[in-house]
Amino acid sequence: MKIHEYQAKTLLNGYDVATPRGLPCFSVDEALAAAEELGGDVWVVKAQIHAGGRGKGGGVKVATSLDQVRQYADEILGMNLVTHQTGQEGQIVKRLLVEEGVAIGSELYVGLVVDRATQRVTLMASSEGGMEIEVVAEESPDKIHYLVVDPQSGFNRDGASELATKIGIPESSIEAAVDLLEGLYSCFWEKDCSLAEINPLVVTESGGVIALDAKINFDDNALYRHDEIRSLRDLDEEDPAEIEASEKGLSYIALDGTIGCLVNGAGLAMATMDIIKLYGAEPANFLDVGGGATADQVTAAFSIMLRNPGLEAILVNIFGGIMRCDVIAEGLVEAARQITLDVPLVVRLEGTNVEQGQKILADSGLPIITARTMAEAAERVVAATQGEH
Amino acid sequence: MSILINSESRVVTQGITGKTGQFHTHHSIAYATGESCYVAGVTPGKGGQATEGVPVFDSVVEAREQTGVNVSVIYVPPPFAAAAIDEAVEAELDLVICITEGIPVKDMVQTRKKMEGRKTLLVGPNCPGVITPEELKIGIMPGYIHKKGRIGVVSRSGTLTYEVVHQLSELGLGQSTCVGIGGDPVNGLKHLEVLKLFNDDPDTDAVVMCGEIGGTDEESCALWVKENMQKPVVGFIAGVTAPPGKRMGHAGAIISGGKGTAAEKISVLEECGIAVTRNPAEIGSLMKKKLG
Repeated sequence: MKIHEYQAKTLLNGYDVATPRGLPCFSVDEALAAAEELGGDVWVVKAQIHAGGRGKGGGVKVATSLDQVRQYADEILGMNLVTHQTGQEGQIVKRLLVEEGVAIGSELYVGLVVDRATQRVTLMASSEGGMEIEVVAEESPDKIHYLVVDPQSGFNRDGASELATKIGIPESSIEAAVDLLEGLYSCFWEKDCSLAEINPLVVTESGGVIALDAKINFDDNALYRHDEIRSLRDLDEEDPAEIEASEKGLSYIALDGTIGCLVNGAGLAMATMDIIKLYGAEPANFLDVGGGATADQVTAAFSIMLRNPGLEAILVNIFGGIMRCDVIAEGLVEAARQITLDVPLVVRLEGTNVEQGQKILADSGLPIITARTMAEAAERVVAATQGEH
Repeated sequence: MSILINSESRVVTQGITGKTGQFHTHHSIAYATGESCYVAGVTPGKGGQATEGVPVFDSVVEAREQTGVNVSVIYVPPPFAAAAIDEAVEAELDLVICITEGIPVKDMVQTRKKMEGRKTLLVGPNCPGVITPEELKIGIMPGYIHKKGRIGVVSRSGTLTYEVVHQLSELGLGQSTCVGIGGDPVNGLKHLEVLKLFNDDPDTDAVVMCGEIGGTDEESCALWVKENMQKPVVGFIAGVTAPPGKRMGHAGAIISGGKGTAAEKISVLEECGIAVTRNPAEIGSLMKKKLG
């Protein structure tokens, strides 16, 4: 799960991580009131969407008068912000963060992730703040320094102090930096984060160390024990189809292609997408119905896929193991009867009771194109979209 | 022979009185020599009962002392599953296979730390389990698609593994052991460790490794294969069409920071001499071709 920058900053403030003073706003009037309350003569008006790259997309503006705060808030609220992370369709801005301006000395990067190789939480730090860490990793990997945290002994202040020195934090600010890093780690660990990133981390002209930006993601598997985090979820930032799918126990991700796929199991679902491409078309989605594939789930899956205007055909690929093919076939037929399918449907069943399953499909009287292998299924679904069936 | 499990294994099901644990224990007992291999179940507070014809104990240690179990399979719900692994490790079992999906990563980080220096091996979590065909099935895979033979299979996914096994069996290529290592980012055995076991197994002639986007485990494994593997390896990587930054079902299947793409994995595998197919329908036939 992702949260907004302002929510991440509030959370981090609770762990003594300093940030610029700021207030979330949902209207131009609120933005103006926030700027007045914050005082000073420089403010930053920041679009709050979950995607990164907001500055380059025109979603972050520095104002030097209240009139400018009003102007920028008006421009940014409601804009369709397109960044490299939103995709071409962009994301409508519904929330702002208005912050006091900060006199920046130097910009650095710090982030925490669970490293898969060491199977531990790892702190990454770089002198190259403000840049995407992926770019730094690509262009100058020697500028990224790592500190692996032992889950038993916890955060290592000496190691963090060395790390802070390596990324160029001046001696006089090291202690403040280590305090900040310890707070960031405590937040990461206590709240079951999957990513906690401060980019840039700023050493101010007066030597303070503050988080100018903050991005925090959470481990979905651990949300059950964090009501306080779940309450921060912003459904406006999520694809409505993905939300609906997750409520039905489906794992759905919209893609740009024309062939919808409904598959049981994540690995087989990816492999099905791949084989569609191999046979000359593009998948319209990833959809894993899990082990069950009940009629109710299949109906929901069909209706979600059919809402995609670019959809030209559907490929169902089910390997029935414990769940038998005849049961799955009955579910498919029931779903196909409940929903008007106006695109070709290709079904490939394999596994337990596959013969009975095939028979149920054939006897249904529905115009279902069947296939025995994945290759045959891919070939037929691609042909169907080209009007050759 | 085989790797990890065989008809000599003695198995305890942790979470045996739950619906899932009971269901899959039932089917595993019915498979090949399962009846003599499954000897105990554990559900805290339910010791003294019997489920599926096996005695239930309150703890893994008790089950081990009373029945001599050396392998555990876990169907415990996610909030308690990591503690169940810890318990099996503390009871000094040889192998723990954790089927449970949805364990918090933090719990697994702590569990992996506690496993350091201990003898117990872990398969999973979030995996279909391990099967040595016509001997012993520990997990949720459909037993009948497997045939006894000399091909090792290791994979991060469930149904994709069944697809591969089905292709192999249809072509007359039986399997020595099939290992589902699971789709979580922090887990037990990786491709590399399973490949080492297959390399040392005199009854395995060749190996299929299925990987997917996310992490760099397949790459590390490929580099080892290049230097050390004495048997042919056929590979498939799922997720060529997966977009970056999106979690594709499995917690670990995500391209992050430009790392873990299928294209990168395929290129490393090929450079290391692994025969890779981009067509998931041709994994079995590629193996057949490799074996001549």
